[in-house]
Amino acid sequence: MSAARRRIADPTLVALAMALSLFGIAMVYSAGQTDVPTVVAKLYRQQIAWFILGLGAAYAVSRASVRFLDWVTTPAYAVSCVLLFLLLFIGAGAGTAASTKSWLAIGGVRLGQPSELAKIAVILMLARILASRKVAPRSLMDLWQPALAVAIPWILIMRQPDLGTGIVFVGIFFAMLFWAGASWQLLVLVASPVVSLILAFSTGLWGAWFLVLVALVLWYRPYLVEGVAVVLANVVTGVVAPVLWDQLNPYQQKRLLVFLDPTTDPQASGYHVIQSQVAIGSGGWLGKGFTLGSQKRLAFLPAQHTDFIFPVVGEELGFIGVSIALSLFLFLLLRSVRIAARSTDPFPSLVAFGLASAWFVHILVNVGMTLNLMPITGIPLPFFSYGGSFMLVCWIAVGILVRISGEGRGPSDMLVI
Amino acid sequence: MSFHPNEMQRRARLAAALLFLAFVFLVGSFFRTQVLQHAQYVLQSEENRLREVPLPAPRGVIYDRRGQIIAENLPGYSVSLLAPGVDSLRAALRRLAGTIPMSPEQINQAIRRFRRAPNRPAVIFPDASFDVVSVLEEHRVEFPGLIIQSAPKRYYPDGPAMAAFIGYTGEVNEAELGSANFRGYKAGQQVGKDGLERQYEHLLRGREGTRFVEVDARGRVVREAGARQDLLPEAAPPLHTNIDLDLQKFVVGLFGDSLIGGIVAMEPTTGAVLALHSAPTFDPNRFIGGIPADYWRALNEDSRRPLYNKAIKGAYAPGSIWKLATAVMAIQAGVVSLDDQMPVACTGGYQYGNRRFKCWDKKGHGHINLAQAIEVSCDVYFYQLGLKIGLSRLVAGGVELGARERSGIDLPSETRSSFPSAPATEYYNRRFGARGWSNAVSLNLAIGQGENAQTVVNMARFYTALATDGHAAQPRIVRGESERVQLFQLDDEQMAGVKKALAGVVQRGTAAASQIRGVMLAGKTGTAQNAHDPLRDHAWFVGFAPANDAKIVVAVMLEFGGHGTRAARIASKIIEHYLGVQTTQVINTEGE
Repeated sequence: MSAARRRIADPTLVALAMALSLFGIAMVYSAGQTDVPTVVAKLYRQQIAWFILGLGAAYAVSRASVRFLDWVTTPAYAVSCVLLFLLLFIGAGAGTAASTKSWLAIGGVRLGQPSELAKIAVILMLARILASRKVAPRSLMDLWQPALAVAIPWILIMRQPDLGTGIVFVGIFFAMLFWAGASWQLLVLVASPVVSLILAFSTGLWGAWFLVLVALVLWYRPYLVEGVAVVLANVVTGVVAPVLWDQLNPYQQKRLLVFLDPTTDPQASGYHVIQSQVAIGSGGWLGKGFTLGSQKRLAFLPAQHTDFIFPVVGEELGFIGVSIALSLFLFLLLRSVRIAARSTDPFPSLVAFGLASAWFVHILVNVGMTLNLMPITGIPLPFFSYGGSFMLVCWIAVGILVRISGEGRGPSDMLVI
Repeated sequence: MSFHPNEMQRRARLAAALLFLAFVFLVGSFFRTQVLQHAQYVLQSEENRLREVPLPAPRGVIYDRRGQIIAENLPGYSVSLLAPGVDSLRAALRRLAGTIPMSPEQINQAIRRFRRAPNRPAVIFPDASFDVVSVLEEHRVEFPGLIIQSAPKRYYPDGPAMAAFIGYTGEVNEAELGSANFRGYKAGQQVGKDGLERQYEHLLRGREGTRFVEVDARGRVVREAGARQDLLPEAAPPLHTNIDLDLQKFVVGLFGDSLIGGIVAMEPTTGAVLALHSAPTFDPNRFIGGIPADYWRALNEDSRRPLYNKAIKGAYAPGSIWKLATAVMAIQAGVVSLDDQMPVACTGGYQYGNRRFKCWDKKGHGHINLAQAIEVSCDVYFYQLGLKIGLSRLVAGGVELGARERSGIDLPSETRSSFPSAPATEYYNRRFGARGWSNAVSLNLAIGQGENAQTVVNMARFYTALATDGHAAQPRIVRGESERVQLFQLDDEQMAGVKKALAGVVQRGTAAASQIRGVMLAGKTGTAQNAHDPLRDHAWFVGFAPANDAKIVVAVMLEFGGHGTRAARIASKIIEHYLGVQTTQVINTEGE
C-alpha cells in the first residue's frame, strides 16, 4: 500500500488478458457471421458487456487484500457446494448440453454456471489447506484433507453430469499438490487408480501397469497400509471399470469411442471433430480471412461460438492466427507461474498457481479437442468461448493474480517474462 | 509445505518447461493439420460447401447435304431440386406439388434420380414449360435448393420426315449407365436414344459444363453463383449428313399416310444415303424428354407398326428382285449367258417331280433367253436356272453377295438379312431334318422365295453393285468414307448386258408403266409372298438411273403393296424428282 506502487500492479498480465479478450470477442463476432443468421449473430454484444463487467470485477478484486481472500475462502466454498447440490434438483440445461443440469436458472432466466464459481472456491480452499501444513505432503494420509475438499464439489459436478469441469478439478488438484512440493512418485501413486480405470479395458496393458505400480511402491516405500491400499485401489478400479463404463451415459461412451477413431461415426458423434479438423486444416498458413470461413459460415462447424471457437481462429486466420493465440496463452500462463513463484507467502502462491493450472487445463483440453488430441468434453476456452459467467470468472482470476503479483516480494528475475 | 525460494524456483522452472512443451506440442499439431495436410482438408471443405449443377451442352446441329437443318436445339428450361437427403427432398416435392401440379409418378421419378446421384440436383421437370418456370420463379424463396436453368431442347424441324433415321434424345437410363458405352455419363444427362442421335452420340454430346452452388450444412442453397468459377459447357461441332432434305421430304410426301413400307435412296458410287424412310411415320419431337404415355400407346397399338423401321429393321422375302442375284451368280460361274435359253419353255408353270411350280404369268412366256427372262420376270426360266446352278452354289453365291449380312449403314439396330448358310445341305438338314426337304428348295431360292429375308437397305446395297461394276457401297448417312466391296465380277460386256436387261424391265417389261422421260431407268420389280397373309403380297422395286451411268439407286418396299409395279411407280417418281432437282443444282453451282 505504498505510494510507490503502480496503479496496476502487473500491467503485462493485464495486457495479455486484455489482448486475449479482444481477440476472443472478435472471434465471437465472427462466429455470428453465418450465411443463415442465427442467434449467435448478436451475441458478441453480450460478450462485450460481460467483458466490461469482468474488468470491473477484476479491478474490485485487485483492491481486496490476500487476507480478504483467505477470509472469504470458507464461505465461498460452502456457498459453491450448496449451489452445486441444489443444482441437482433445480439445474437447467443449455444449448448442446440440454440434458445436463449445469445452469442455475430462476424463472427460466439462466444466471450462470455455479461450477465456474466453484473452480475459484476450490482453488482457495486447496490453497488454504496446503498452505497450513509446515512440510510438503509425504504420505497418502497427508492428502485426505485436500482430497476431500476437491471430492465434494467434484462428485456434485459429475452428477450433473459435466465431465469437462470434472477434468479441470482433477487437473487443479494435481497441479496444486505439485506446487505444494509433493514428490512425483506420490502424485503417480494417487493417480494410479485412475490409470488402472482406463487401462483396465486392455488386460495386457493393465497387467503391465500393475507391475510398474508395484515396483514404484517398493521403491518409494510409503507406509505399509498405504502401499497395500494403493495396490488394492488399483485392483478394485480395474475390476469395476467395465461396470463404471456401463454407468456412463451413451453419449459419453460415444464421445470416448469417437475420440479413439472419429471416422467410426462420421455423420453423428464423429461429425463435430471431423468438421473441426476440416475447418482448421482448410485454413492453411493465413486462413480464409476474418469472418470468411466457409465451414463456419455454412454451419458445418458445430458450437462455433462456444466449445469450437478455436477452429474459427484456425479456419479464418490460419496457422499464423493460431500461433498468435497460443503464444498469448503461453505468455499468460508463464506470467501467472512467475507471479506464483514470486509470492513468498504459501497461500497466495498456491492460489496463483491453482488459477494458472485451471486455465491450462481449459486451454489444453479445449484446443486439443478441436484436433482430436483430447476427447470431446464441453469445456470452454478462456477469454474466447462465448459465456458470461466464464468470462467474469476469468477476469476475477486476473484480478486475484494482479493482487498477488502486487504483494509478491520474491526475486523479480525468476522467470524472464 | 516447502516454500524455500530455491525450491520454488526449481518448481517454477519445471512448470514453465512443461507448459512450453505442451504448447510446442499444440503448435506442432496445428502445423501438421494446417500446413502439411492443408490440401486434403481444403478438398474436404470444398466438398462440404459446393454442389455441382450440370450445365448441359447443346448437342451438335445435324445438317443435310446442302446445309439445311435436320436437328437443332431450342432454348428450354429444366427444373431440379438440390436436397441434403431423401426425406427433405420428399418434403420439398410435397410442398412443390402444392404450387405446381405433379403426378405421383413424377415425384417418384425425381426421388429415383436423386438416389442415383445424391450430390447432383434431382431433375423434376426435364423440360419445363415457360408457364411452370415463371410460376416457380415467383415462389422461388419458398423452395431453397430449387434450381432453374436453361437446358437446350432437341428439335427436328421436319420431325415426321426424319423419324426413320434421326432417332431421338432422352435421359440416360440405368441400363445404359451400367454399360461400357456410356462410361463417364452421369444420371440425368440427355443422350441419343436411336438413329443418328445414338450412332453419333460421341460426336453430338458436346462437353457438359458445371455450375457450382454453395450449400450449408443442411443442404440449403446459400449462393447460386460466384461460389467458384463455372465451367462453361462446350457445344458439339455440327454433323453433316448425305441426306437430301428436299428429296427426303418428297419421299415422305409420296408415301403420305396411306402407304406402308420402306425406301432407301443412295448414290451407287459413294454410298451416300440420300433419303431413307419408313411409312407410316411418327413425330420424334414428341419423344424428347419422355414419351407421352398416350402417344406411346397409340403408336404401339397401330397395326401398321409405325415404330417398326421398314427400311432397316424389317426383313422381307425379296421375291423377283432376287432374280438378279441368281442371274449374276449364273453368269459369273459361266452356267449361262444373257442370250441362253432354258430347255423347257414357259407355259405358265414348271413340273418338278410330283409338284407343279407356277409362273406368275399363267399365259406363259414361251422360249426366252436370260435377258428376256429378267425383263418379264419369268419364274419358269429361273426355276430351271436354279436347278442348273445347283443348290450348294445357289446358297454359296447368295452368301457371297451379302445375303446374310447387314448393309453396314451407320444406324444402330439394323437387322441382319437372313439366308441359308453354306454349305447348303447342312443348313437344310439342320433346319428341316435330313428327310424334311428336297431339292425343290432350289426352285424357290432362285426366284427369291423360301429361306430368304432381306432388308430394304441391304437390297439397295446389292443394287449399287449392279448399277456400277460389281462393287457394292456401304450405305452412309453421315458424310465420310464409304467402304466399297466387290460382290461379283463380270466383264464389261456382261455388265452392260445386265444393265440393258434391267432397263428393258422398265422399257418393255414388268415396270413399263414407270418410264421416266429423258432418263433411262433400270430396275427390277418384285412381288414377294407374305408369310403372314398370302393374299397380301409385298411389293418391291429396286432400280437405278441413268442406266449406264447411275446417279441414284432406289429400293422401295410396300408392305401388302400387291404387285411390284406399284413400288416401281413410286421409285420412278423419286428418281425423276431427284435427277430433275440435281440438274438445276448443277446449273446453279456453275453460276457461282
